[in-house]
Amino acid sequence: MSLTRQEYTTLEKKIGRTPNKLELQIVAAEWSEHCSYKSSKKHLRILPREGARVISGKGYDSGVLDVGDGYVVTIHIESHNHPSAVEPYGGAATGVGGVIRDILSMGTRPIAILDGLRFGDIEKDSHARWLFKNAVKGIADYGNCLGIPTVGGEIEFDKCFTNYALVDVAAIGFGRKERLIKNKADKDDFVILIGGATGRDGIGGSQFASDTLESENRSAVQIPDPFIEKLVIEAILEARNQNCIKAMKDLGGGGLSCAISETADALSVGIELDVARVHKREPGMSPSEIMVSESQERMLLITDRQKLPVLKKICEKFRVPYSVIGRVKDDKMMQVKVETNTIANLACNIVANAPLLDREASEPEYIKKIKKVKKPNTPRNLSKILLKILENPNIASKIWAYGQYDHEVGIRTVIKPGQDASVLRLDNGKFLSVKIDGNSKHCYINPREGAVGCFEEACRNVVCTGATPIGMVDHLQFGNPEDPEIFWTFRQSLEGLTEFGKYFEIPCVGGKVSFYNETNDGPIKPTPLIGVLGLIEKDSPFIQKITDGDLLFVIGETKDELGGSEYYEYIHNIVGGVCPAVDLRTSKTNMWALLEIINEGWANCAHDCSKGGLAIGICELCIIYEIGCTVTMDKIPQVKLRSDETLFSESHSRYLLAVSPKNVKKVVDLLDARNVLYGLAGKFVGSRIIFKKNAKTVADLRVDKAREKWLNSVGQLVKHG
Amino acid sequence: MKVGVVVFPGSNCDRDMQHVLSDVFKLKTEMLWHEEEIPKNFDAIILPGGFSYGDRLRAGVIAAHSPAISGIKKMAEKGMPILGVCNGFQILVEAGLLPGALLKNTSLSFMCKWTEIIVKNNKTPFTNKLKINQRIPIPIANGEGRYYADKETLRTLKKNKQIVFTYCQEINGSSLNIAGICNKEGNVVGMMPHPERAAEPVINPIDAKPASMIFQSLLKSLGVAQ
Repeated sequence: MSLTRQEYTTLEKKIGRTPNKLELQIVAAEWSEHCSYKSSKKHLRILPREGARVISGKGYDSGVLDVGDGYVVTIHIESHNHPSAVEPYGGAATGVGGVIRDILSMGTRPIAILDGLRFGDIEKDSHARWLFKNAVKGIADYGNCLGIPTVGGEIEFDKCFTNYALVDVAAIGFGRKERLIKNKADKDDFVILIGGATGRDGIGGSQFASDTLESENRSAVQIPDPFIEKLVIEAILEARNQNCIKAMKDLGGGGLSCAISETADALSVGIELDVARVHKREPGMSPSEIMVSESQERMLLITDRQKLPVLKKICEKFRVPYSVIGRVKDDKMMQVKVETNTIANLACNIVANAPLLDREASEPEYIKKIKKVKKPNTPRNLSKILLKILENPNIASKIWAYGQYDHEVGIRTVIKPGQDASVLRLDNGKFLSVKIDGNSKHCYINPREGAVGCFEEACRNVVCTGATPIGMVDHLQFGNPEDPEIFWTFRQSLEGLTEFGKYFEIPCVGGKVSFYNETNDGPIKPTPLIGVLGLIEKDSPFIQKITDGDLLFVIGETKDELGGSEYYEYIHNIVGGVCPAVDLRTSKTNMWALLEIINEGWANCAHDCSKGGLAIGICELCIIYEIGCTVTMDKIPQVKLRSDETLFSESHSRYLLAVSPKNVKKVVDLLDARNVLYGLAGKFVGSRIIFKKNAKTVADLRVDKAREKWLNSVGQLVKHG
Repeated sequence: MKVGVVVFPGSNCDRDMQHVLSDVFKLKTEMLWHEEEIPKNFDAIILPGGFSYGDRLRAGVIAAHSPAISGIKKMAEKGMPILGVCNGFQILVEAGLLPGALLKNTSLSFMCKWTEIIVKNNKTPFTNKLKINQRIPIPIANGEGRYYADKETLRTLKKNKQIVFTYCQEINGSSLNIAGICNKEGNVVGMMPHPERAAEPVINPIDAKPASMIFQSLLKSLGVAQ
């Protein structure tokens, strides 16, 4: 818990005096990297934020998108990496809780959760398995109890996450536009803290997260209580319905310190609060402990004199503890008192706005070194390799995890987890498609192209459900930003995302940056995670199927881009080479052509090619729809490639389509008219997956055998500890 | 005709149930807060799923002692149709309105998946439009969904035709694969699977018709439909 020498001097200069100990602690919490974004803020300004559907407001903690008919969708993403690496169950659970409250603070009901999880090599590392199992259980126990469905996500395993965990949670909310919290406050309004009692858990959590994970600091991890969160949700939504909330903010990193200073700063008011009034879990807590505790399930509300009794009554109905802790002032000061004694008095804009930094950036040495790798020899038995990749935990079904999540509650889940994007029905008759994607292996080799690839992959997934992307959120996760090489990878990723977002006119409606994701063994690979929301403005969603005799279209070109592929890394243990890159123009052409085909109703099924490449994409279709496929590899649009490269290259902008014979001509005509590279490369038939080249069989698998491996591999790995 | 959906702290399928009853099956539906006594003018009561009181102590046990449940006990005696789904079933069991217990699944995990149940008793107010041995595609979502009863109770259940639904295959270790039971009189039914998640085609990937018959049965027993 500390400020740098320079920051201390700046603070002294700004407030014109020596800060006292409590003031220092308040500022240290708020000026931590976690709360202040002091390394990244200057750079984040380049992201496109505007869009016809985007609604922005003062102090909004989530992105808001107008989905028509008077409704809005809100979205936010957060991570809880450090806590999850120490205590995976509680860390992951409270990660869910935190992001849910961001959605709630907009006045919208949380309707879905997605999570992105990353761990070390679970095949060899029992600690990684322990982290994985408990993080999944933490998410399940929390989300299930709240009755918010966990509808999707992704899971990646890589040695760079050894002794560590990335737990990203995205939440989606839905509500009426006119019920969005306006976030305003007037002099003499009341400041109320509602929800769980403030205790000694999570003390210094934000600073803990702003440092390299070196020691296990369990007291910095928060304790989850989903039941109280559920009560808070219902109480707040009722208070919203009764217009009791003028402004609202959730308590997250930095606890009360950050919530108070950020709210006051965003609303251009002052707040006076009495820590003695805060309801506490244990006696004898010092004012500074109360101010920086990160106890969970707490919300800060501002209401006026007239509505205060109504709000109290609602809290009492739901038996949600609350305390009226302060008043709004017009002096823009944050004044902390113990009863009548003032113990801290700081200008909110000073507390809420840490001095921003200019970090140095330089291209890492390793990137140049790993560009060139010696190609592996083509394995003799590609069927065996294919089966091995299907079993690879990065590729295999994650049903072991999502089978523990209630993904049906709320009765909105039209397309369930386990396919491309998940689709939810909205009350205005439209459908929302959601997906998050990341790929640390690609991003390590090329942070810019890797990040763009994640963005495109999330879009591809959403488009495959027949939805048009309307907004994105990003979570940029890197090591120590003080290292210029790491900071360079951050900036590269950000620039790539910005370019893609601008080209496709997909606004960034929210995001987070998480630095210091390091252990004693070093930093994680750059891991930006991208969430994309898509909207389906039709009466019925795209229900996919594959019928015997359907033809397989492969859209997009397969290139010599095996760097970072599962084939290189998992099979050959090669880290390096050229990773897939997105050509923006081709990306758009292919994406819009695909969407047109789906919207015309000419496709029975659409799937994107990503991790594992074309071969895995085709196997996934065959496994899910329990049908065989014979693929003529010569028909696949590609540069000159070896068989293994065609099968496993992870080039972007590629899609697989299953089309009934009667629609083939329509699809061909459209793809020709749009100048899309495609191949009519196979037929769904029988019970085997067969890849042929020059009329010779290159790989041949039984669907049931492939299914068995793919479906059960992860579950079997974690079954016995 | 009016149906009440009882809301406990931690109920989370209450709004789903209300949506299906009122928007899909056009039944007048009201939410009833657990602390209030249930007014007399209700014709059927549904206890929805969720985590009442956060499943503390044991799933359903705290809710079973609420004022609403004392009222429901009297209504049950009078023969009113009462359905408990998932946590609602657990509450009915804890309240003593249904025999047996619901234990942790043999997988020791929360399980959310689609399955099929088989109708074994079509004389209840919630199954009278279904056929014996008819299959219903339906999802389960629970951690403590393993129905357990001792041999004697199971024998009685069989004898009195109190087994309403069974799973089509072994799923969580339930005795006799029981998915739902009723009281001796047949008016109180508890089931672990979620009919409200299966009654609309848009969210049912298999076939919504059979599950919708559970609600059609209620309409019939209330005399608002054939």
